[in-house]
Amino acid sequence: MLGTARKLRESGVLGLNERNSDFIMRLNPRRLYPRVDDKVLTKELALDAGMAVPELYGVIRNQGEAKEFSGIVEQRDSFVIKPAQGSGGDGILVVTGRSHRKRNTFRLASGTLISENEIKHHISNIVGGQYSLSGNPDKALIEYCVRFDPVFAEVSYQGVPDVRIIVYRGYPAMAMVRLPTRASDGKANLHQGAVGAGVDMSLGETLTGVLDNEIVDDHPDTGALIAGLRIPQWEFILQSAARGYDVTELGYLGVDMVIDRDLGPLILEMNARPGLNIQIANCTGLATRIALIDEIAKADAKPAERARVARREFPAERQTSINFD
Amino acid sequence: MKQQYVFGLSALLAIVGLSVFGYKWQTLGFPLSKNQQTPVWTIESSISFESGPGSIKANLLIPTLTPGFRMLNENSVSRGYGFSLNYGSGGRAAQWAIRRADGPQTIYYRISVYEDPGTDQSDTTPPFPPPPVINEPFRTAVDVIVADVKEHSADPASFTSELLRRMNDPSPDTNVELLISDADTRTEFVESITTILAAARIPARMVHGLELQGRQRNAEPIAWLEVHDGDRWRYFNPLTGEENLPERFFVWWRGNEPLVNVEGGSNVQVSFATQENHLDAVTIAETQAAQQGANLIDFSLYSLPIQTQAVYSVLLMIPIGALVMVVLRNMVGIDAFGTFMPVLIALAFRETKLFWGVVLFSMLVALGLSIRFLLERLRLLLVPRLSAVLIVVVILMLMISLISHQLGMETGLSVALFPMVIIAMTIERMSVVWEERGAADAMRAGLGSLVVAITAYVFMGLQWLEHLIFTFPELLLVVLALVVLAGRYTGYRLLELSRFKALAGR
Repeated sequence: MLGTARKLRESGVLGLNERNSDFIMRLNPRRLYPRVDDKVLTKELALDAGMAVPELYGVIRNQGEAKEFSGIVEQRDSFVIKPAQGSGGDGILVVTGRSHRKRNTFRLASGTLISENEIKHHISNIVGGQYSLSGNPDKALIEYCVRFDPVFAEVSYQGVPDVRIIVYRGYPAMAMVRLPTRASDGKANLHQGAVGAGVDMSLGETLTGVLDNEIVDDHPDTGALIAGLRIPQWEFILQSAARGYDVTELGYLGVDMVIDRDLGPLILEMNARPGLNIQIANCTGLATRIALIDEIAKADAKPAERARVARREFPAERQTSINFD
Repeated sequence: MKQQYVFGLSALLAIVGLSVFGYKWQTLGFPLSKNQQTPVWTIESSISFESGPGSIKANLLIPTLTPGFRMLNENSVSRGYGFSLNYGSGGRAAQWAIRRADGPQTIYYRISVYEDPGTDQSDTTPPFPPPPVINEPFRTAVDVIVADVKEHSADPASFTSELLRRMNDPSPDTNVELLISDADTRTEFVESITTILAAARIPARMVHGLELQGRQRNAEPIAWLEVHDGDRWRYFNPLTGEENLPERFFVWWRGNEPLVNVEGGSNVQVSFATQENHLDAVTIAETQAAQQGANLIDFSLYSLPIQTQAVYSVLLMIPIGALVMVVLRNMVGIDAFGTFMPVLIALAFRETKLFWGVVLFSMLVALGLSIRFLLERLRLLLVPRLSAVLIVVVILMLMISLISHQLGMETGLSVALFPMVIIAMTIERMSVVWEERGAADAMRAGLGSLVVAITAYVFMGLQWLEHLIFTFPELLLVVLALVVLAGRYTGYRLLELSRFKALAGR
């Protein structure tokens, strides 16, 4: 047991306790949390900084406003409903279209139909605080539903795959692509059964995947090989992630981005307590990279410069088990 | 920097907690384990006499300094007598007085003591005794013996031993024979020895005490010899010359004065009865602390009313449960619902006992969960839905109690002890997790909660631990120190070792 702990320590694996006490508590002052916990605020801050985010159609702030839902989505066929203070992807409803026969019946990403009343109930649950971190009343966001770039089509089962980047003191430290599976119900969250794929920071290319803490080579539903996919506009993604730090001032930050077919990379949300599974997906410990960043970090470095440092310092060690030809 | 504050704070807390604990344990004698009993001796002296026509004044010498023993309490029983305690030259004396009394009278004086080897209640160093006035021919005999014994000894102790050897010689020399010729009783014998020692300018006195053993109706006080060697008092057996005290020798009075003196009474008899009891060590420690004026003890939980004590003996175990919780969640990494839900469930287990606790808890949660899924279809708003779940939980508890009562299983009644609000919240959380993350996650966290609750129950149920915390509440500071330390534990959680197993060795 102690042997395993020592080996993990040697390979620089970050544990939950260490993450919480040494990084989150030290680098993420609580007063800054609303900037990432309230997705409405996050969106405003990102827009002010000129960053690309999915368009906000409307916000429902209390039970009484739930009836405005029909008006908000009247001109839209596809949209996403999410709690402003949700965590772990809970409470997100992805509507991809309307039923052909009844206009007030919607089609979810999973293909099932849902009535407007059921959606309104879901919205009041969100507003009531069922999904919020603290259990307090919340707001429901209705926003643009990302039409994701075909680059990950082969390795996704419904839902929206996204790119999660851990940004430490403004420097992108590690990244992974999260691929929805049948088990994850279209959600891109690893603990709900999505596949996480490590990313080569210098090239923006996927490595092997991880499913339920086990390393996998191909997607469990589509069977396609996960490794070797080139993420488009990687430089831009890294710079956006680096700018996430300037916007939020959180020293230990998770930035989630989606790649839209038409609009390119968009910042979906940011997280003050990003999970540690990313280490398994990358087969690399975070602590080593964090230590390196601590050595070279400069307070006045521009986002572009910090993105360049990440590309230079964190190329993946090639997996011998995978053949790239 | 912060790390040092944390270590400093927990060290401070631990030191304060442990030193108060140590003081109460070592100095005040609070027992480490429950039901620790200390033998307590009750010695009763009864004075009986025939009352005369006039007023009566009875004087009884009572224990003052009692090496090896500590007094718990004392009292006197006498009908119609005025009672007072006086300090005389020979120590304390009890005095009873009455203007008129008819017929035979009996007065009791009772003292309770317990053994405490730590109490060396020696007297202060006495002055050198004045040379005694002795008439001839005894004077010459004493002078010869003193001169002779001095030749054969080096210090007061060896002088005493040598003297006692000669005095007890079966064929004594003529001088000794002369001195002991009219010492008929043991008391007179010891008295003549103290006279010889006084002539040698050695402070010595007679002690009278009782050998405490079990229950005795008529215990006889024995005279013993006490000699001061310039440093401390030493005890000699006047008949053998050995330097010792009998086992459990309780010193009643010192000196040559008579034990009892009744003015206005005749036919005075004094008898001693002893009895051995066993008393809770905590009671003794408290009495002792009160006598010593240790204010600390006023804040002891034992001073609270019994019912409040019962409440606190349970409440004080909650920090232990919290500590278990901290270890299981932050060091082992077990997932559980709610921060303190498992501790509260463990508290309920104390009443229901483990097996039935687990059965009833699982039943309650399973039933509540299935009804919660039915409620889900009604699409209720959050707060009304939570309230509905709470009401359902109360109804379920009622039904489980009624049904089990009908079936003759009284254990089912204890379901009412579960914290219903906590259970309602658990059901709600569990159903949300169930829907969002699937049954597997919900079951895992549910089982995790149960595992934590059972572990907390086991630790919170340790009798010795409960006694320890209740008697020494300052140990909670040590628990606090441990929790604070755990708050800075940045190592891996036990379950993370298997989670990140794939990364080890790379």
